[in-house]
Amino acid sequence: MKGIKKFTFLRSTIDAFDAFLRVPDTVTRKGSHIRDCNDLKRVMIVVVIALIPCLLFGMYNTGLQHYLASGTGAGLPGFWQIFWYGFLKVLPLVIVSYVVGLGIEFTVAQIRGHEVNEGYLVTGMLIPLIMPVTVPLWMLALAVAFAVIIGKEIFGGTGMNIWNPALLARAFLFFSYPSHMSGDDVWTDGFSGATPLAGLSEGTSWEGMASWRDMFLGFIPGSVGETSVPCILLGAALLLYTGVASWKIMASCVAGAGIICLLTGQPLHYHLVMGGFAFGCVFMATDPVTSPQTESGKWVYGLLTGAMTLIIRLYNPGYPEGMMLSILLMNTFTPLIDHYVVSINMKRRIKRTAGHGQ
Amino acid sequence: MNKRIFLDPLFKNNPVSVLVLGICSALAVTVKMEPALVMALSVTLVTGFSGLIMSLFRNTVPNRIRIIVQLIVVATLVIVVDQILKAFAYDVSKQLSVFVGLIITNCIIMGRIEAFALGNKPLPAFMDGIGNGLGYGMILVIVSFFRELLGSGTLLGYRIVPQSWYMGNGGFYENNGLMILPPMALIIVGLIIWIFNARKEWSK
Repeated sequence: MKGIKKFTFLRSTIDAFDAFLRVPDTVTRKGSHIRDCNDLKRVMIVVVIALIPCLLFGMYNTGLQHYLASGTGAGLPGFWQIFWYGFLKVLPLVIVSYVVGLGIEFTVAQIRGHEVNEGYLVTGMLIPLIMPVTVPLWMLALAVAFAVIIGKEIFGGTGMNIWNPALLARAFLFFSYPSHMSGDDVWTDGFSGATPLAGLSEGTSWEGMASWRDMFLGFIPGSVGETSVPCILLGAALLLYTGVASWKIMASCVAGAGIICLLTGQPLHYHLVMGGFAFGCVFMATDPVTSPQTESGKWVYGLLTGAMTLIIRLYNPGYPEGMMLSILLMNTFTPLIDHYVVSINMKRRIKRTAGHGQ
Repeated sequence: MNKRIFLDPLFKNNPVSVLVLGICSALAVTVKMEPALVMALSVTLVTGFSGLIMSLFRNTVPNRIRIIVQLIVVATLVIVVDQILKAFAYDVSKQLSVFVGLIITNCIIMGRIEAFALGNKPLPAFMDGIGNGLGYGMILVIVSFFRELLGSGTLLGYRIVPQSWYMGNGGFYENNGLMILPPMALIIVGLIIWIFNARKEWSK
């Protein structure tokens, strides 16, 4: 580091690569700190690893859906050919997401003289997974720029954002270019059909849809990474085992959906595997930055997220996918939930100690 | 002196970007440029003349009923503007619908009368009103410029983005639907405030 004085104006960038490639030997000297091997970088990498099964399956499913849709009954090609086709379709999304997002992150860090944060490593992987694979790349780039600048950097960067940046990117596309995102028209390569959720909002009967088994395994058209529940569960297991994500949020999210299903008589097991519910519940709602910090706040947050998802799905035909909107809505309320949990707790403790005071 | 009174509200004390007044109408009428321009002009006239009239009245109106007098003056001016628009620019008046009538509730007008016109001579009060109206109008025009260009591909109704660019015609482009929705006006106003503040910091 000392040798490259010439490029001091690029300090943030050089620091970032230096810390990314090597373990820095600088030690914090002020204040009290918890010493742990799980720094921010490690936490982020765990989430990225947890997303890999979804990504790989998404690539395979992209190819599979393409050949199923364009197939003329001649039988499917081999596994590797299917995977290769999907790989070529999905890879550009990942590259665009990372190049645009990291480009902005590095530029902003440079201007402000901050260090580059690792937060975008996860966001950059989440964004392609929640996009329909046919989204034009310039739209994706625009959405990523919007999410990173408006959703994150103006609030102060990683850890300061109010909303989940990846979902914000999707919401931006959803409202800006609805015809590309609505789920009605996900596979434009010679075939367009409604995804199960779009069908639900149009009143298709349950029998008319893909079977529960297909929806569970993920062999249905949909956004890249959110169709396969086993892959998501694999990721969830890793996140829970390493303690990166909160099991309370995941559990209460499912419970919240369950309550609405009980009240309306909808089949819960279908709703859990349809659309982005499982993916959002595991990877989006549990984002430590935008979900409550207090333990009881997590229950409230998860319950309301799950319930709101079902309410949007069932009663708002305009927006078939409720998961994105409900998580963003609850993200907005997160500081409020935390505030009330803390103040209720304070009141209770004051009451408890009041008797012992005299 | 008068020049400063006139120019200050355009940048340094802009009613929208610095005082954050008049936001509601800035969200509502900025989807297209034409209504935004008309709205800007109407508000400028109302702020200017209400300032002038109230400044003339400033020594005769008892302090306790001044709000009522202000309301009467402003409401009269707004009705005049509304009637003129209906007579000479009916289409735009239709597009603006209730928002012409709601100029009465625009905080900038009452704010400037209370803060400036009641304590100053008629000419400065008039200049202040016109300046604030133009400051408001400037933001409206900037916001509507981006919203119409990116949301509809037109400016003042003329097509800027060629039809052949659109996806329906084999191109790659698509209008940004979010630009038509109110939140984007808020975000653009926010970005303008950001730029204003950043400029202020640099010039320090």
